[in-house]
Amino acid sequence: MHIPDGYLSPATCGVMYAAAAPFWYKATKKVKEALTSKAVPLLSIFAAFSFTIMMFNAPVPDGTTAHAVGGTLIAVVLGPWAATIGVSIALLIQAIFFGDGGILAFGANCFNMAVVLPFVGYAVYRAISGDAPLSSSRHWIGAAIGGYVGINAAALCAAIEFGLQPALFHAADGTPLYCPYGLSQAIPAMMFAHLTIAGLAEAVVTGGVVTFLQRAMPSLMELRAKKEVAA
Amino acid sequence: MKGINKLWIGLGVLALLSPLGLLASGTAWGEWGADEFSDMLGYVPKGLARFAEIWSAPLPDYTVPSLGDVPGYIASAIIGMALVVVLTWGLGRALARREG
Repeated sequence: MHIPDGYLSPATCGVMYAAAAPFWYKATKKVKEALTSKAVPLLSIFAAFSFTIMMFNAPVPDGTTAHAVGGTLIAVVLGPWAATIGVSIALLIQAIFFGDGGILAFGANCFNMAVVLPFVGYAVYRAISGDAPLSSSRHWIGAAIGGYVGINAAALCAAIEFGLQPALFHAADGTPLYCPYGLSQAIPAMMFAHLTIAGLAEAVVTGGVVTFLQRAMPSLMELRAKKEVAA
Repeated sequence: MKGINKLWIGLGVLALLSPLGLLASGTAWGEWGADEFSDMLGYVPKGLARFAEIWSAPLPDYTVPSLGDVPGYIASAIIGMALVVVLTWGLGRALARREG
């Protein structure tokens, strides 16, 4: 889901930076208010986890690949604002050092994977987990379903950004200047990869780590309840 | 925080397992290089060709010069995680002034 440079017009890239900016701003304020110094190593670990889990490319039956992101996992443990910061940092390192995702497209990639993904995933998680005790299976089930829905919401955003390009930006003879595939191609292709493989991977990773934390490190699951992180 | 060492170890294991991500051949949808468009479409969109190479990453596609695919991928995972941890830790310490 890492949009490379050249697929989105510079104007689209500008709009997407502008869309991500208020979330970055608010995330730093929220983290400043709520994150305790002892939660900093945790956010570092989860951001590094997100970085690496994105390297596990899984084959999609149509011949492409897709991967999990881990953004909903960060949101479940440390809150969605911390997830915005953690995933944005992982995406920044990927773009600058490894050429995974563009520099111009960094705003778009952050909007999709560091904003839409964790906030949608977190909303679904909260709706399912409700007030259940922290040891309840509703937490890991909610996290798994939240992860699935969150990554698909992000993929839909990326598909729309791709798919708008040929209609909006083309040469005088109609030849596309940037991503040449319209909505009718981008949306089915992106959603097929994410409704199947990537969504499943994100659900397994998110639900699996949350159930591990519930059993082995329940104190981590209490951070949000004790308001030690920004929810 | 007790038990957090387990998570650091988990990250190390994840780095060593990362080459599993190389098994899937093919490219993610919408992440093809400009050259791949010549084969798929018969042309490279002009704007795409202009901006695709605007940035040259030092370790492109998680490869490390003079290392093979698998060791290069593991090294990339370790280097990348280290950079993410340093940046997140630094930003986190600068922001999170509350003790606890």
